[in-house]
Amino acid sequence: MTTQVSAGRRARAGVRLPARTLGLGLATTYLSLVVLLPLAAVAAKGSAGGLSGLWDAVRAPESAAALRLTVGAAVVVTLVDAVMGTAVAWLLVRDRFPGKRLVDTLIDLPFALPTIVAGLVLLTLYGPGSPVGVDLAYRRAGVVAALLFVTLPFVVRTVQPVLMELDADVEDAAASLGASRWVTFRRVILPALQPAIVAGAALSFARALSEFGATVLISGNLPFKTEVASVFVYGRIESDDIGTAAAVSTVLLALALLVLVALGLVQRWTARRG
Amino acid sequence: MAKWVLRVVVLGYLGVLLLLPIGLVLERTFAHGVGPVWDALSAPSAVHALRLTVVIALATVVLNTVFGVGAALLVTRSRFAGRRLFNALLDLPLAVSPVVVGLALILVYGKQSPIGHWLANRGIDVIFATPGMVLATVFVSLPLVVREVAPVLEEIGVEQEQAAWTLGATGAQTFWRVTLPAVRWAVAYGVVLTFARALGEYGAVAVVSGRIVDHTQTATLYVEQQFQGFEQASAYAMSAVLAALSVISLLIANLLRPEDERR
Amino acid sequence: MSIQVNHVFKRFGDFVALDDVSLDVPAGGLTALLGPSGGGKSTLLRVIAGLEQPDSGTVEVEGRDVTGLTPQQRSIGFVFQHYAAFKHMTVAKNVAFGLEIRKHPKAEVRRRVNELLELVHLEQFAERLPAQLSGGQRQRMALARALAVQPEVLLLDEPFGALDAQVRRELRTWLRRLHDEVHVTTVFVTHDQEEALEVADSIVIVNQGRVEQAGTPRELYDEPASEFVMSFLGPVTRFQGQQVRPHDLVLHPEVQGAAVGAVVKRVTRLGFEVRVDMEAEGEPLWVQITRAAAAELDLEPGDVVGVTVSTPAPVA
Repeated sequence: MTTQVSAGRRARAGVRLPARTLGLGLATTYLSLVVLLPLAAVAAKGSAGGLSGLWDAVRAPESAAALRLTVGAAVVVTLVDAVMGTAVAWLLVRDRFPGKRLVDTLIDLPFALPTIVAGLVLLTLYGPGSPVGVDLAYRRAGVVAALLFVTLPFVVRTVQPVLMELDADVEDAAASLGASRWVTFRRVILPALQPAIVAGAALSFARALSEFGATVLISGNLPFKTEVASVFVYGRIESDDIGTAAAVSTVLLALALLVLVALGLVQRWTARRG
Repeated sequence: MAKWVLRVVVLGYLGVLLLLPIGLVLERTFAHGVGPVWDALSAPSAVHALRLTVVIALATVVLNTVFGVGAALLVTRSRFAGRRLFNALLDLPLAVSPVVVGLALILVYGKQSPIGHWLANRGIDVIFATPGMVLATVFVSLPLVVREVAPVLEEIGVEQEQAAWTLGATGAQTFWRVTLPAVRWAVAYGVVLTFARALGEYGAVAVVSGRIVDHTQTATLYVEQQFQGFEQASAYAMSAVLAALSVISLLIANLLRPEDERR
Repeated sequence: MSIQVNHVFKRFGDFVALDDVSLDVPAGGLTALLGPSGGGKSTLLRVIAGLEQPDSGTVEVEGRDVTGLTPQQRSIGFVFQHYAAFKHMTVAKNVAFGLEIRKHPKAEVRRRVNELLELVHLEQFAERLPAQLSGGQRQRMALARALAVQPEVLLLDEPFGALDAQVRRELRTWLRRLHDEVHVTTVFVTHDQEEALEVADSIVIVNQGRVEQAGTPRELYDEPASEFVMSFLGPVTRFQGQQVRPHDLVLHPEVQGAAVGAVVKRVTRLGFEVRVDMEAEGEPLWVQITRAAAAELDLEPGDVVGVTVSTPAPVA
């Protein structure tokens, strides 16, 4: 009986059982060595002084200000992304204009462009001596601009495919029933896009919380003013204050996990609704 | 009317956020012609930084492609306890701040840690050396291949593989002759994304490298160092190179994409 | 090669797919596994192929126990409903796959592939990709691919299920002729009773994970072992509380002797046959008669006729 069962697994997988177990072992080891063990070490270090120690480190004025700014900026950026990302996706799917394909390709540029280059680029344009006369350097607006740049593709790329599959017939049907364009959008299209917008916004939010390279140049890293959490952690590491760095990192990690779990729930909920 | 408002708003937004900045960097880079750019790029430190970046990126691509294809097979082709957790953990690196990644690697592989100490006694330096930078880059780009390959594996289903078994192919023969060719475009796409991400990684590498000029300085670190040191010309030149590489990656990815969707 | 399946059980979670299934497939025959979808016939075929492993029970080929063997070790050919074509290979490469795996010399592979493509009438499509073929052509390619390695047993899982009615009928006849040429022991799964009756030498009816009955098409049609088999293999109607075939009922102009009186409700002419819907003893009933018989009776709705049963006897 036992031999038959293992033979069954073998036959189903089509790969010899040892090979598969070996693969699983190797993949898990790789994931553990590169990702899990290090992250666990951060959490362990961050909470080395117990929860109260963690809390004290996070509540210290400079840490708290950095975390507040990070979350606040991420919220603003996520809201703007949700609106503008949907608008961009709409234009790319439903409109025709010369250069559309080029624009469609360029949307991914923030994913491909090194973040430090993005930061440099934004500082050149919107920094001191700006050729367009807008100076955002060393201001919170500069941080938001940098985050808007790096998070641009998320909502666009989640909404676009859903919008493409959304039948134009549905809109015609709504119109034939006497709905105005705005009512059609709000009552028919938006509900269909909502899960995709939420998913894209969650990714934007996670990225905005964690971004470092793009903000480091334009923000000027002024404590209590433009210093985001990642930059703060970087500063603590440089000054060998690993304890504080780990504590704030632990909070960032927890937030990232929370966003991922929430995203997973949204996706499962969407899948269930079919 | 509404259509025109939307067009102006959206294209204006993209122009201000994307086109204008990129155009400006190109303008700044080539303001004095190609000569100074070439001089800046052929400086020994710049050459070293570029070479190191490419080495790290290639190592990362190899490691994460092997892991990515393997993990995609595990997630789609076998049932094991903890499969869903494994699947969820694969996305984690995309949400973690690069600086936290760097800190995390220092905590485990730095000389103060037992593992780092053990490795150092055997002459293997991880932190402030190339292995640590590869680790950091591998971490941040880990999901890119898996997330391209797994959906395609899911979509093509197991029937072709089962057909191969009934024709006598072993597991390995089935993988090389049937499975891998069927997902080759997805793998290629994942490789391009990984390569682009690896070239551009900054935060995690900044933490684990120690930023030792001519030793552990990558192209992105070089950009930052030159810029802070008021060597704007060489900062822009290197930026232009990196930007060009990312645009090329995008174009290649775009060429691979429709090929992938046609199947 | 004969196939024996002995007391096979197979469960997927709570669902019992095969419930103590035993089966004998004679060597060289063309056997159909027939039944409603979800009844377990595909699972049974996959167990024979080694693509599924039974929870208990054994599978033997020519007296040799193959239960623990992988599909690779079983010398079978398997044809999938959705072709399972290797999409990145040409038709010729698809057919050559099994031979190349076995490291046959190149010249021999080429010769054998040409032979097989001729057999399935695809010789002019050798260099095309599967995507450039029609469904019927793809299925013929899959069949050639399975036959290339000269399997001891050929297994087909709903081979024509994804094709339209016209192509189905063509391929059905063609499969029968092919089998007469190749003579390999063949088992195919279908839910189409017409297909099974027309093509197979013997039929196994599978329902709810059990074998209901096995036999030749004539045995099953004329001597069904259960009401399920009878109703699954052809049209039935109820007469005097029993299941009968509508063409086994005889109509008489008058209600005499053993005949039961029935009122004609509707007469429908379906080409050669005529369907008469009636009501007898308060129950609906329908009869299939020839055009000639209908012309003789000259039926109109409202007429009263006598109904009797001709042989064979109905099943209780």
